[in-house]
Amino acid sequence: MALARGGCGDAVVTADIAGWTDAPRPAPVRGALRIENAVKHYGVGASRVLALDGCSFDVRAGEICVVVGPSGCGKTTLLHAAAGFHGLDGGTIHLDGRLLCGDGSDATAPPGSDRVVVFQNGALLPWKTNLENVMLGPRFQGRAPIAQVAAKARRLMRDAGLEGYENAYPGETSSGVKRRVEIVRALMNDPAVLLLDEPFRALDSLTKSMMHAALLAIHAQNRSTIFFITHDIEEAVFLGSRVVVMTSRPGRTKEVIDVDIPYPRTYDVLTSKRFREHVQAATSIVHEEALRAYERGEREGRAS
Amino acid sequence: MTTNVLVGAAGEPVRPIRPKAVTWASGRATRRALVSYAVVLLVWQLGATSRTWLGHPLPILGNLPAPSAVLEAFRRLLGDPGYWQSGYASFLRVVTGFGAAVLVGVPLGLLMALNPRLRRVVFPVFELLRPIPPLAWVPAAIIFWPTQELSIDFVIFIGAFYTMVLNVLGGADSVDVRLIQTARSMGAARWNVFSRVVLPAVIPSIVVGSQVAIGITWEVVVAAEMISGGGSGGGTASGGGLGFFIWSSYVGGSYPQIVVGMISIGMAGYLSSAALRWTGGRLTRWAGAPS
Repeated sequence: MALARGGCGDAVVTADIAGWTDAPRPAPVRGALRIENAVKHYGVGASRVLALDGCSFDVRAGEICVVVGPSGCGKTTLLHAAAGFHGLDGGTIHLDGRLLCGDGSDATAPPGSDRVVVFQNGALLPWKTNLENVMLGPRFQGRAPIAQVAAKARRLMRDAGLEGYENAYPGETSSGVKRRVEIVRALMNDPAVLLLDEPFRALDSLTKSMMHAALLAIHAQNRSTIFFITHDIEEAVFLGSRVVVMTSRPGRTKEVIDVDIPYPRTYDVLTSKRFREHVQAATSIVHEEALRAYERGEREGRAS
Repeated sequence: MTTNVLVGAAGEPVRPIRPKAVTWASGRATRRALVSYAVVLLVWQLGATSRTWLGHPLPILGNLPAPSAVLEAFRRLLGDPGYWQSGYASFLRVVTGFGAAVLVGVPLGLLMALNPRLRRVVFPVFELLRPIPPLAWVPAAIIFWPTQELSIDFVIFIGAFYTMVLNVLGGADSVDVRLIQTARSMGAARWNVFSRVVLPAVIPSIVVGSQVAIGITWEVVVAAEMISGGGSGGGTASGGGLGFFIWSSYVGGSYPQIVVGMISIGMAGYLSSAALRWTGGRLTRWAGAPS
């Protein structure tokens, strides 16, 4: 896995930004994640499971890198290690050259606002309004006066089409709006990399396609690196500049697919020949792994 | 009776408009409740006065004071400062015992939830003591504490304490771990995770626990006053609380007053629960819709 970092479709992204006059100046592109030989076990004794076994790939600065793989292949383990929720048993993860996870738990960097996680079922605080939720990160960090934070939150919410939802509670808002509020909340921290753990999994297909458009628009504007996990191959190909396919447990990198479809991507892409070819290629690889995982599950089921 | 069925444009039957149906049903429910109250009062009145119209008292009911006598006693007592002082004394004890249970129980529950080591040490002892009924503590409490007042407060505290701790512990255990992870991911320090995530998430459990606990305290205060206040002879009629009021009414043979005392305690319990429910509703207004 010797992949060059940086310089991936930047020109296209910048061209799209020109339309946003009141958008903040794009931050220097950062957020390159380098995952090398990641190894992770779960459990102890007889129930010890090898979740990751020498998984390596790069997430280039400023790109949307989508990781697909069968259930239990260690995608989420990898993302949680990058987030700082737990360490690795072997290998390293670097963010822009800084060691996040090393061999030995003492080298694990604690969770930080430079790599914010968005979970699949949502984690908005139900007792805070949407606006207050969006303001949480900077409030936790105590790095700016409240009026300034509120102004920025309102601006980002407006840019994401969330005007009018500021004072509603998450419980009063639809699932699609909640997902966008969460992504905006993550962006409030100016993260180097956004860690999205199947963020659209629980949504219906219509809302999901709206979310894809919203995420691509946000990314075009913001250019923060996105590390995106999913089961959905079409979603992966539609969003990702590269798609990393992982093997079934223990997780390794099986293949990295370069999606040579230029941004900005619209729904026309979904019916294009190139898109179908990529989906087909990715599907056959993922299926092979899913089948292996299934057969192993069958064996384990009979054995126990 | 096909004429009663409303038919829509396409010929399908149409349901009657909903709000109308609701008011009609609730009106009927109110009427039924009123009828059943009336029946209970009538049976009670007839049973209690059976000695007069039947010649001999009916079993059980024949020994009750009549509702009319209770009402008469109630009217008399409303002008009696002693009655109000009894109620005030019980109320004060409930507030003290319950307040102490909240002040000790909520932090203890939170500490056990946040610190697994402390939990492993404290929880087994807690579970060992929990099955002991609050009233079984009365004699021990009288020995432990220098004044009778403190003994009663302590027994009330015991009654509310376990419920508070268990509710807080359960509430803190069920805080969604993703809320905590997200907060940490956004740079929240430990203190922020506690004060902005764990504590607000536990408030609904504190509210529910308080409502259950205050009900228990009213059960306990009456019994504790009967036992310690009535038994030691130290309490005066006014300072003994409603429990002692009932007991001394029994000893003095003024049976209508017993019933007045019973009703007073029921009302006090209901009102304090309602007050907590109202407060809790204001604290957790966001919880109206599930997120």
